[in-house]
Amino acid sequence: MTTLGTAAPLAADRPAGTSADPAPRTPTGTPTAGRRLVAALFLAPTVLGLGIFTFVPILASIGLSFFRWDVITAPEFVGLANFADLVTDPTVRRSFLNTFGFVAVAVVLQLVVALGLAVLVQSRLPGWLRVVFRSVFFFPLILSAASVSLVMAYLFNEDFGAVNAVLRTLGLGDVPWLTTGPGAAAVVVMVYVWQNFGFSFLLFLGGLSSIPKEVDEASAIDGATAGRRFRLVTLPLLSPTLLVASVMAMISALQIFDQPYVLTRGGPGDTTRTAVMVIYESAFQQLQFGRASAIGIVLTCVIVAVTALQFRLSRRYVHYQ
Amino acid sequence: MTALAPALPARHRATTPVAAAGTAARLLVLLLATALTLGPVVWTVVTALTPTEEGTGAVRPGFSAFVDVFAQVDFALLFLNSVLVTGLCVAGQMITAAMAGYVLAAIDFRGRQLVFGAILATMMVPMQVTIVPVFMLIRGMGLSDTLLALILPAVPTAFGTFLMRQYFLGLPVELGEAASIDGAGPFRTFFSVYAPLALPGMAIVGILAFNYHWNEFFRPLILTISEQNHILPLGLVTLQGNLGTGSVSTVLAGVVLSMIPALVVFVIGQRPLREGLTAGASK
Repeated sequence: MTTLGTAAPLAADRPAGTSADPAPRTPTGTPTAGRRLVAALFLAPTVLGLGIFTFVPILASIGLSFFRWDVITAPEFVGLANFADLVTDPTVRRSFLNTFGFVAVAVVLQLVVALGLAVLVQSRLPGWLRVVFRSVFFFPLILSAASVSLVMAYLFNEDFGAVNAVLRTLGLGDVPWLTTGPGAAAVVVMVYVWQNFGFSFLLFLGGLSSIPKEVDEASAIDGATAGRRFRLVTLPLLSPTLLVASVMAMISALQIFDQPYVLTRGGPGDTTRTAVMVIYESAFQQLQFGRASAIGIVLTCVIVAVTALQFRLSRRYVHYQ
Repeated sequence: MTALAPALPARHRATTPVAAAGTAARLLVLLLATALTLGPVVWTVVTALTPTEEGTGAVRPGFSAFVDVFAQVDFALLFLNSVLVTGLCVAGQMITAAMAGYVLAAIDFRGRQLVFGAILATMMVPMQVTIVPVFMLIRGMGLSDTLLALILPAVPTAFGTFLMRQYFLGLPVELGEAASIDGAGPFRTFFSVYAPLALPGMAIVGILAFNYHWNEFFRPLILTISEQNHILPLGLVTLQGNLGTGSVSTVLAGVVLSMIPALVVFVIGQRPLREGLTAGASK
């Protein structure tokens, strides 16, 4: 009972019998036959739907990951062979290393850009300007990642792209963006961060606005410089937001697919192939459903681990006011 | 006087030359970030409106690329598919999330915590991991390569249910009690008392669903095959693949057209969208 909204006003969340009311509040609390029927009927679409399209599939995926199956011939039990592919198959191994590398670079970049801009927007600006900047940085979030990647593929085209045109006028020469491994990886990171930094930005803006002005002003009066105030006052008070923002950014980055699929198809070579791309290719191009499932299970474990880490860290290191 | 200066409120200090320079530098950085954010969007619109003629290379400003996009692909059908899929996902999620959220907030039954916990747990499972079995299920149901393949699995929403539960927890219990005393059954109590009050919460669920499904690419790529069942993002990627680099403006005209509904929702529903997107952070 304690975990479910203790301060909630709806009757069902009050511990029965412990309330000050002498009589139990039958109208809303105790499940009568009618209320039980409502509960069953109203929950059915969600519970059955999630059961059929999430619970059963995840169990099926776990089962499938121990088999070799191409839909046409009968499934063959192969033990942990599909998981061994993660280490032994160069493409699968590369895709996981790419994904982790991508997550590390993209998440750090996204958080730094978002936090920097949030601090600037939150600092002494007229209210209307704050609203304008907030809308601008939020805007890319409403676009389709696939369409954005189409546009960016034109912009980063080595010969005709606007990005190289600008670099040429600056005398920086032509950058082989999408035709070399490092160039393509850089484009995927930039396109991803361009579209997603606004999400972390919104979280930071919320976190910053909940820090009382007096705290910052008090330390300013004590003679702390802006840099020291940010490091020693703002950042610790922002740590709950920082933790949540980094975990959410990591979970979303681990699942990257649209941008590399549209921009590079994983190439050149395997340089921008990600874990989800290999799930897609294994299953729907090579008909290796077992291997696709194994990769998916490992990815889920990583995501669950990141989430669990968030809960542990938030208990130990985060400063709550 | 100098000793007192730091004690003055922040806005008074902004008038000193150093502080003014600081404000100017901050604005400059923000304007640069704005240019980098909006630059690609502006370029897209401008390029769509200034197609180059094939062969001669002459620039012909106008809407010819927008006409082309309807000629090159059945753009009207893509658009209609997107409207259908997104619309039904939005409506389905709003209704089922409101119903389930209400029960989880207002009706005490044995195993409620277990059900709620299980619903929350599904939020951790990435959709890409369940896609192989979902693909099989859809095939088994005889729905592969139909729009229903995109809609049906997308209606139940764990996050929407979570949001609606929180929303109903914030509504006063007295309303339901008053309705019960007036003789309203549990169905009427929900439909005539609580559901209308929950509309703002349902709007958040709906706008989030719109933003997700209008833009989605991965599921359509797997669950639909024929171009007549594609929705916009997949259709545009296919169009670009078919045209090569020849007709940049045509593809970009399609991108611009597909952005318009998203832009409308952004303008009228930015606040609920913002609240919905960041709601996951405060759980």
